[in-house]
Amino acid sequence: MTASLQSAPGPFFGEFGGRFLPEALMAALDELTDAYEKAKADPSFGGELDRLARDYTGRPSIVTEVPRFAAHAGGARVFLKREDLNHTGSHKINNVLGQALLTKRLGKTRVIAETGAGQHGVATATAAALMDLDCVIYMGEEDTERQALNVARMRLLGAEVVPVKSGSRTLRDAINETFRDWVANVETTNYMFGTAAGPHPFPAMVRDFQRVIGVEAREQMLALGGLPDAVLACVGGGSNAIGSFDAFLDDEGVRLIGCEAAGDGVETGRHAATITGGTKGVLHGSRSYILQDQDGQTVASHSISAGLDYPGVGPQHSWLADIGRAEYWPVTDADAMDAFRLLSRTEGILPAIESSHALAGAIRLGRELGPDATLLVTLSGRGDKDVEQAARWFDMLPGEDA
Amino acid sequence: MTALAERLDQIKAEGRAALIGYLPVGYPTVEGSVRAMQTMIEAGVDIVEVGLPYSDPVLDGPTIQHAAERALAGGSRVSDVFTAVKGCVDAGAPAVVMSYWNPILQYGVERFADDLVAAGGSGAILPDITPDADVTWLPTARERDLDTVFLVALTTTAERMALTCTAGSGFVYAAALMGVTGERSSMGGGVQDLVARAREAGAPRVCVGLGVTTGEHAAQVAEYADGVIVGSALVRCLTDHPDDLEAGLEALRAKTTELARGVRGEL
Repeated sequence: MTASLQSAPGPFFGEFGGRFLPEALMAALDELTDAYEKAKADPSFGGELDRLARDYTGRPSIVTEVPRFAAHAGGARVFLKREDLNHTGSHKINNVLGQALLTKRLGKTRVIAETGAGQHGVATATAAALMDLDCVIYMGEEDTERQALNVARMRLLGAEVVPVKSGSRTLRDAINETFRDWVANVETTNYMFGTAAGPHPFPAMVRDFQRVIGVEAREQMLALGGLPDAVLACVGGGSNAIGSFDAFLDDEGVRLIGCEAAGDGVETGRHAATITGGTKGVLHGSRSYILQDQDGQTVASHSISAGLDYPGVGPQHSWLADIGRAEYWPVTDADAMDAFRLLSRTEGILPAIESSHALAGAIRLGRELGPDATLLVTLSGRGDKDVEQAARWFDMLPGEDA
Repeated sequence: MTALAERLDQIKAEGRAALIGYLPVGYPTVEGSVRAMQTMIEAGVDIVEVGLPYSDPVLDGPTIQHAAERALAGGSRVSDVFTAVKGCVDAGAPAVVMSYWNPILQYGVERFADDLVAAGGSGAILPDITPDADVTWLPTARERDLDTVFLVALTTTAERMALTCTAGSGFVYAAALMGVTGERSSMGGGVQDLVARAREAGAPRVCVGLGVTTGEHAAQVAEYADGVIVGSALVRCLTDHPDDLEAGLEALRAKTTELARGVRGEL
């Protein structure tokens, strides 16, 4: 009998993970780790988190079978785990409620966070409003332009949004700037990291807060007749994917497939497919696959999806790829947008562009496996925020008629 | 003992603190940056921190971020750092490389250490890792008699202070404030106590950096530290004159002179 792969504690996942950050932040990371360990052992913390999940987020999220979509996926049965129906519109709320509760336990009054597409920023601003915390969100200037609606949402929720003008002006620079804020304000401030990456304890802690996705989905699939043949989820930093995978890690018959953003195609160099096209290195506090040049300088990533446009990936994914427990498939912008349109038109569900990468993976896998297969896809977020961008992609904006 | 440690001890024997100046390689060009380092040495910098530009400098403020971005855009490579180290050593100053961890990791830890030794460098300052984060560098450096300088901060716990002050060598870098590199109007409180804590924890030499901007700041820090580290205030001399290196070098010479008088108590 082999040991369970579930809920691996970190700080290392095989050779990946760790804590590569300045000494100035070590006391805060130790304090956070300690507070999280105590909270895990405290039934009142779990109880409060469960209550919020039920009464605030709206959990459990449902599972929806999508037969009209599935007809285009080789006739396989396709089920969606509907994280898009959560309060704030994505899986990000699962994580921030946990981290905001921890912030209160730490006695800190201010939270900071990075955001790419704006989903984590919106979720953080929401939790900060709910729990009376000051909130500053760092967002790459380019992302504030392509996700203007989410910037307004965060401001409406009372958060300050700081556009980051340095470097590539995207998620990676937003993370750098959030670390800089943290070093300067660590006494009063907690960094609510948005994905299952970064230094220990974030990869394990964020995974634990997102684990509810897979735990619920696994029970729901069993009630519907059995485990799926595969679980698919999109991977940027990888929090919805690791949250979807964790409960299935010991189910050997279930394939786990992370769909990375391949942008214009991995072969073009303009992509964000970190595991498919990257090499091992250290970025943002942990060892993982990253996109870098020979000198270890981070290379800019490219994706139509701001939420997946990141040149790193959570260390547990790198480990699962290396030991062969999970597969990571590249999905281009074009394939993701085709899947976006298909789900919208066949099922009346507008997916986030991020999640559309997982849908594209399901189309590919369904065609490969045929009608006997059952696929579970995590629909990590809804597409409301992407309407303008998608309409432009499909030339549907008024005055843009061809 | 490295040239770095020897120079620090020698300066201490003179009854003053050392002036340690930081500049990034490749700004405005590789050749220009080496000239700038040599200018600092002529004007009174005792030891040079040769900065290796990195794409994601989480501990740097806008001035150094900007210079690093320009250096990388201009094609600066990791190997240029050894050219600059040699240029400093030839000009009579011990040199240490200041680098974020990933460029060293990708260059190859042993290869980096070998090339640093060949260039005459004394060691490396590693701002974004701690002694317990990586096990490859320290033994590699020790085998080659290279110093490894780690940072301590105002938030460093007693346990971590002991770990950090005994793991490294050369000197311990005490961060004068909680924050990123950059100029400040005054030196924060608490750093004198931090230096004392580092000494008690076994640090043979303690130098102070972050925020040191004026000759007056340098004079204040020189009263209790073995060395005063200045970065952004020197880099800004060059970034203030982006299209005129000679003017930049002139400003750099004047700033260095002010700081050198500060550590000598001549202000």
